[in-house]
Amino acid sequence: MANRPELLAPPEIFYDETEARKYTSSSRIVEIQARLSERALELLALPEDDVPRFLLDIGCGSGLSGETISENGHHWIGLDISASMLNVAVEREVEGDLLLGDMGQGLGLRSGVIDGAISISAVQWLCNADKSCHEPRLRLKAFFGSLYRCLSRGARAVFQVYPENIAQRELILRQALQAGFGGGLVVDYPHSTKKRKEFLVLTCGSIQTSIQTSKNEHGESCSEDDFSEDEESGTVSMSDRNRARKRQKTKKNKKGREWILRKKEQSRRKGNDVPEDSKYTGRKRKSRF
Amino acid sequence: MRLIVHNMLSCNIRGVVNKFPLRIEPEKVIVKEVDFNPDFLKHMIAKIDWKALVDGARSMGYPELPDHPPTTLESDESFLRKFHHSLLELNLEEGSLVCPETGRKFSVNKGIPNMLLHEDEV
Repeated sequence: MANRPELLAPPEIFYDETEARKYTSSSRIVEIQARLSERALELLALPEDDVPRFLLDIGCGSGLSGETISENGHHWIGLDISASMLNVAVEREVEGDLLLGDMGQGLGLRSGVIDGAISISAVQWLCNADKSCHEPRLRLKAFFGSLYRCLSRGARAVFQVYPENIAQRELILRQALQAGFGGGLVVDYPHSTKKRKEFLVLTCGSIQTSIQTSKNEHGESCSEDDFSEDEESGTVSMSDRNRARKRQKTKKNKKGREWILRKKEQSRRKGNDVPEDSKYTGRKRKSRF
Repeated sequence: MRLIVHNMLSCNIRGVVNKFPLRIEPEKVIVKEVDFNPDFLKHMIAKIDWKALVDGARSMGYPELPDHPPTTLESDESFLRKFHHSLLELNLEEGSLVCPETGRKFSVNKGIPNMLLHEDEV
């Protein structure tokens, strides 16, 4: 993608009156959004018993994704930070309920009430620090933590995301797993850069099918402080226990001067022909001998 | 904003303990008709905080709900109708929601509650 809206301005400013109208009147965007929401709902895998569910649409914007939910017969709450986008949603008379809120501040919802959550092209906005008080890691943590609480057991959350780079993808996934979610990434059209779409599929409770590498990272860190340190210094995380074991091993294998002198003494006692001890005994040869 | 949302919404200010339910101060209430679906109502009733719903409906001028939900839902069509009306059809168009502990007001405009927090409340 040539120019990412995330890099231009914060969402509540970028999606102003004109941009919100432009967004919703573009038939191309409407079509893409509908297709993405359709796929997200499919991944949500709600039980097929014709009972309407109560879903959450995070970053609902003008309600394009919500329309797909309504078409499938479910009720939904939409959350967005842009008042202009929500105004367009009101004008379009969407069926869901709308909330003006910032997902990075956490979702103030009661626990265990939501049957599932979807979010189309929204979560990557959290990776930006648009204000001085914003810290992407903490905002993602607040978001995923509050989402985990408000979902009912066994519910799923599906996020379609456009991460800017691998680091962003890792950050999002790691925070989700830390909040207690299980799950991983589903990539549609992986071979095409243009059509490639990534869906983060998270499950709340029982089912555990998380991506192996991320899981390891999660397991190795003992506390949160370890994590933040790693992120600040940008080093590869490695737990202390492993390092200690490695050191012990190398010490054992190394045979020092004392060991050589003892062995030579033993050999002399047996009557073998042993070279004399000198200051060179037990020294390493230079690399170019 | 419908009462189903009010029933799930709590105050999100940092450190607030008594954050549910938000008190409704209505200025304009409208009724929008929604298709009656008993399956959805039966699915939702376990998740609904009954007292909050009754109080919410009363403050919006609909005192018909009983203090306790009946134990058998299947037979009670008239109850389900009332439940449906209060949960899904009553809309708070203009007004505000008030946090029970801090008294912080969240305004509701065009049916959209503004739940954005200030920097010092996060």
